[in-house]
Amino acid sequence: MNKNFLSREWVQQIVFTGPAVLAFALIVALPFFMGMYYSFTNWNGVSDTASFVGFDNFVTVWQDQGFRDSFAFTVRFTVVAVVLTNLVGFVLALLLSAPLKSRNVLRTLFFMPNVIGGLLLGFIWQFIFVRGFASIGKATGLSFFQLPWLGDEPTAFWAVVIVSVWHGAGYLMVIYIASLINVPKDLNEAAAIDGATAWQRLRHITVPLIMPAVTISLFLALSWSFKTFDVILSLTKGGPYNSTQSVALNIYLEAFQNNRYGLGTAKAFIFFIVVALISTLQVWLTKRREVQA
Amino acid sequence: MTNRYNWRTLLLELIAILAMLLFMVPFYFLGSNSLKTFGEILLDAATLPKSLNFSNYERAWDIMKFPQAFWNSLLITVTSVAGLVVISAMAAYKMVRRPNKLNNTLFLMFVAAMVIPFQSIMIPLMKVAGWFGLTNSMWGLWLCYMGFGSSLTIFLFHGFVKSIPVEIEESAVVDGCSPYGVFWRIVFPLLKPMTATVLLLNSLWIWNDFLLPNLIIGGERTLRTIPLSTYSFFGQYTKQWDLALAALVMGIIPIIIFFLSLQKYIIEGITAGSVKG
Repeated sequence: MNKNFLSREWVQQIVFTGPAVLAFALIVALPFFMGMYYSFTNWNGVSDTASFVGFDNFVTVWQDQGFRDSFAFTVRFTVVAVVLTNLVGFVLALLLSAPLKSRNVLRTLFFMPNVIGGLLLGFIWQFIFVRGFASIGKATGLSFFQLPWLGDEPTAFWAVVIVSVWHGAGYLMVIYIASLINVPKDLNEAAAIDGATAWQRLRHITVPLIMPAVTISLFLALSWSFKTFDVILSLTKGGPYNSTQSVALNIYLEAFQNNRYGLGTAKAFIFFIVVALISTLQVWLTKRREVQA
Repeated sequence: MTNRYNWRTLLLELIAILAMLLFMVPFYFLGSNSLKTFGEILLDAATLPKSLNFSNYERAWDIMKFPQAFWNSLLITVTSVAGLVVISAMAAYKMVRRPNKLNNTLFLMFVAAMVIPFQSIMIPLMKVAGWFGLTNSMWGLWLCYMGFGSSLTIFLFHGFVKSIPVEIEESAVVDGCSPYGVFWRIVFPLLKPMTATVLLLNSLWIWNDFLLPNLIIGGERTLRTIPLSTYSFFGQYTKQWDLALAALVMGIIPIIIFFLSLQKYIIEGITAGSVKG
């Protein structure tokens, strides 16, 4: 009897999918739809009443110079970080797919920064930019190391970029290596016999064949960079003068420091739309350019 | 075009090693300065320490309440990845084997949610967490990880279950095995490679996560994980680099050991996980 009950289709459905669906509904779906609603209210997070204000929040966000600045920073940072992280990851992958004796050790070491959490990384690099660079600068006299790295707007931008590239390049390297191994050797050899230079072989044979890996890596780097939060919080706290404040940090401060939850959710909603759009667009665009071997 | 080790390969090897040394510089700064006194660090951060001085570690260990933070991190990571494997493998299995309208919609919903950034729902999440008493409790944090982790985990398992031939299950049913027995005794063991990937990817994420635990359990000192206690440490001891660096070294050692001992599987898992994702 009991066994029979448990074997019924709808009971099985509940036992198998129920826990995941319940957790997902409560933790992701419910807040997601509540956020959509709250973005049209003046909710302050404390009181239970929130009155409907139409598109007022979105108008305020649009006029909010701080949010626009953080958006501009995030876009600039994302473009630079996506390109550089992929470039470094790809070059490392090319190097390590040569038959080097030390390649397994090197692969492990290049990947290592990636397992450290963003928050701790930011603190580690804060020390390096503040004290480490200063010491190197004093010892070598190179002006590059004597810049006030975290204290000046242009250098703080590059500081965040450097840390992100250092963090992410090893991960992308692993993806590129997995893909480079599958490029058929005979294609490259045939092209070399026909007189193609190393650059031409890379450009016209290797890169088109690893486009799936490029899609994945661009997508990953894009979503990491656009959502950057931890590293910036611990490295610069968004400074100097909010010049390295990412959108994610701006939303966080708006809600949990200024207690303007309605406004925060409106910003969060815009953030979601942008992230969802670029992710979808990017996958769609690069999928079209993939080549079969 | 040959695989022989010639001078060009040697040159590449040297370039690669140089690049690696450059990559490792931050670890040098971190390690060497964590053993210096505050005065020594201010004097010159680039040199090796004159003597090995572990008192920074002793003090940081106490201030951070390191054993407790370590235990909290371990507890939440292990229980969350275990929970995620169980609920996601079960859900993914049902969705693949009964592809009706309901299950297809559910799957689509989980996949679509992968593009939702955490920061875009954290504000209302705090309200939900308040209603259900999830704040300042480990179990509340655990539930949050079930919700946020299930999307990717189900997606990864879903792709893998599809590759398991259904005939094996059918013969077990004929032999009188219950639907639950079929899953736990036959399907689940076959999922092992993907289970390993999922365990490792989720462990790295949860161990290092900062914002979610900060919002959910940040108010309760005794529940603090390593990233949380590092953050509050920096709030109190700004620019006390001698203590801070020792705290950072202790903070990264567990995850580095975890990585080095499982690096082969982690790197394979990343390849497997991302090729699908």
